[in-house]
Amino acid sequence: MKHEILEKNSILLLIGILLVVAIGGAVEIAPLFWVNGTVEKVQGMRPYTPLELEGRDIYVREGCYVCHSQMIRSLRDEVERYGHYSLAAESMYDHPFQWGSERTGPDLARVGGKYSDGWHREHLTDPRSVVPESIMPPYAFLFAKPLDYRDIVAQLKTNKAVGVPYTADQIANAKADLEAQADPNSDGIDAFRKRYPNAQARDFDDNPKEITEGDALIAYLQMLGTLVDFKTYHANAPENRR
Amino acid sequence: MQSAATSSPMRLDLAIIPAILVAGFFAALVEAAKSPDPAMVMQAWTFVACMAVTGIWYLVTYADGIPKDEQSGYANNVIKAGVIASMFWGIAGMAVGLIIALQLSFPNLFYFPDLPWTNFGRMRPLHTSAVIFAFGGNALIATSFYVVQRTCRARLFGGSLPWFVFWGYNTFIVMAGTGYLEGITQSREYAEPEWYADIWLTLVWVSYLVVFLGTIIKRKEPHIYVANWFYLAFIVTIAMLHLVNNIAVPVSPLETKSFSLFSGVQDALTQWWYGHNAVGFFLTAGFLGIMYYFIPKRAERPIYSYRLSIIHFWTLIFIYIWAGPHHLLYTALPEWAQTLGMTFSVILWMPSWGGMINGLMTLSGAWDKLRTDPVIRMLVVSVAFYGMSTFEGPVMSVKTVNALSHYTNWTIGHVHSGALGWVGYVTFGALYCLVPWLWKKQRLYSNALVEWHFWISTLGIVLYITSMWVAGIMQGLMWRAYNDYGFLEYSFVEVVQAMHPYYIIRAVGGGLYLTGVLIMAYNLWMTVRKGAPLVVATPEPHVPDSTPAIQAVPAGAVS
Repeated sequence: MKHEILEKNSILLLIGILLVVAIGGAVEIAPLFWVNGTVEKVQGMRPYTPLELEGRDIYVREGCYVCHSQMIRSLRDEVERYGHYSLAAESMYDHPFQWGSERTGPDLARVGGKYSDGWHREHLTDPRSVVPESIMPPYAFLFAKPLDYRDIVAQLKTNKAVGVPYTADQIANAKADLEAQADPNSDGIDAFRKRYPNAQARDFDDNPKEITEGDALIAYLQMLGTLVDFKTYHANAPENRR
Repeated sequence: MQSAATSSPMRLDLAIIPAILVAGFFAALVEAAKSPDPAMVMQAWTFVACMAVTGIWYLVTYADGIPKDEQSGYANNVIKAGVIASMFWGIAGMAVGLIIALQLSFPNLFYFPDLPWTNFGRMRPLHTSAVIFAFGGNALIATSFYVVQRTCRARLFGGSLPWFVFWGYNTFIVMAGTGYLEGITQSREYAEPEWYADIWLTLVWVSYLVVFLGTIIKRKEPHIYVANWFYLAFIVTIAMLHLVNNIAVPVSPLETKSFSLFSGVQDALTQWWYGHNAVGFFLTAGFLGIMYYFIPKRAERPIYSYRLSIIHFWTLIFIYIWAGPHHLLYTALPEWAQTLGMTFSVILWMPSWGGMINGLMTLSGAWDKLRTDPVIRMLVVSVAFYGMSTFEGPVMSVKTVNALSHYTNWTIGHVHSGALGWVGYVTFGALYCLVPWLWKKQRLYSNALVEWHFWISTLGIVLYITSMWVAGIMQGLMWRAYNDYGFLEYSFVEVVQAMHPYYIIRAVGGGLYLTGVLIMAYNLWMTVRKGAPLVVATPEPHVPDSTPAIQAVPAGAVS
């Protein structure tokens, strides 16, 4: 073949480039959407509660993902340090994913329930007060800032639009559910628990006067990695072998 | 004035671009007035300001008819603007890099509990975007505009469209950078800007393609020179990556927040298909375009092998696209995709070194210039760093190596050997060439200062990458260390503590690198201000540029 043809015809060169660079991505990415078993079938995964979703927004906003991964690899030391290796199913409602690429700080895929809310409050306010060797920045301002959740219904709707299975009931009651989760003594708590069966409801920031950004972030952190029921998940079952 | 006579009666660009600026201005005003989202209001006002600045520039420039620069043979002023912007953003981005390196070294010195925007999480995307997209991007736009004109012997296509590319692209940079500090991010590494900034960038990027391709189409040279293949692949592929990776649904047109269309594992691979090829096409193909023009030009030697250029080009762009999954080894990504990604990453070593050989061997017969010309030394050392990091990359993409290196500082070291050594040095070399050429000076203000820049920055790179190698490998080994009883030997925070000295060495290395760049900025500034003017015998318009690189390459003759 004469390369000269491409060198003398800019449009052919352009088309040639486009064809050549399109192949790799098409072959690797497209099958992930239809090959069965790419995402495991598990028990317990549910969409984020409105408060957790707001917490996740803050996690994204503050760039937590630049230092913390949420992806435990299937290596012995990681499983022993952090817990069961991460399943694809565990991030199937993550738009976008938060797997991260660096561990300047530890992995957070299963940080939920490892520490108390109080520890998180202290740690976020002044990391070195509980971990003297830490190099994490302080996030004290989260506890002084009331959570801005005026758009929570729109947020759930948008998530639904991109494929998260929120029910009409969950969307309609997003605001009430958010407030109920941060105040377990409120009237809406039973309805909330019905809509999000395994969610934790507490005053996460220990400040009953208002719902702060700290409430939302701790609610999100305390949920991380706790949803999948690993008693019913068998890693060696044929459908889960990958 | 006299220019009115030479301008064509219909200037489509002078109708469309001001219309875009006015539309952008008012759309942002409406957004600022209506949005309930304080972050969006800030962004909208920022955009209003950018549109106003660009609009005023257009008014001032075109008030007296078509400016002189548009009547000469080649468009030069827009390239000058790109050179200045690249230098400015380079210093800003590297300074932010130094600050965040110091934050990791001395956590109590540079943190302010009540100022969220000073935190590492918001500053890191500012650093990466500023150096990659602002410093690198402006350098790529400027050099591609320079190269395509000379190698096609044609003026840039589109009238003032190149200026729209310049102003529009820098508007994107300002939107992105101020957005990060306000906490606006998609959390997609190297694609953090939110939906509205992405839409704007799409418009600018299409304009860039129109200018570049339009110039090639109206070329007076029969052959399209090899540097332009690389620039074209860079522009086209970045467009594809940008469009696919940024598909998202905004919460509302009045809010900054959006949610990506894809989730979890599919989203992860889409992002790293993008992320890896931002490296492959932005930081590699684009800068190889620089290499293929500036090294032969400066060395006054033809490209070593025309045949190798062809093989290098097609294999590089074909194979690079497949390598994304090596960012996701041992994760929840299916095994087949991991294996495919690793395999292609290892294969990628070959075309990369093909390019390195082509660049280095171009010096054949001119090796003595390494001693006498610090600019060519910078260019050649950049290719050497390219060779080193494109060897290191395939090694790190082997699963067993990646099990150790992933998530550690080794990755940071690897990125910076490519970024500081390859991208940085090849850009510096090109800028050192361009400033005297564009401002019509005989030579740089001081070669001695280039020597200082070279040696200080090189020392900085060495400190940076060696400290990160040691830190990264140590980190990986400590995480997986077991004691005699079969328990994990170290807690996580003990590993953090062990990083302390290396973080300090890294910051020193970065500081030295920045010092070199400041010396460079001073040198270039003095070249423009005090350099001896070039006595031009013939006026530039439409004189065939004697580019040895082109004439000496027997284009077509070999195939």
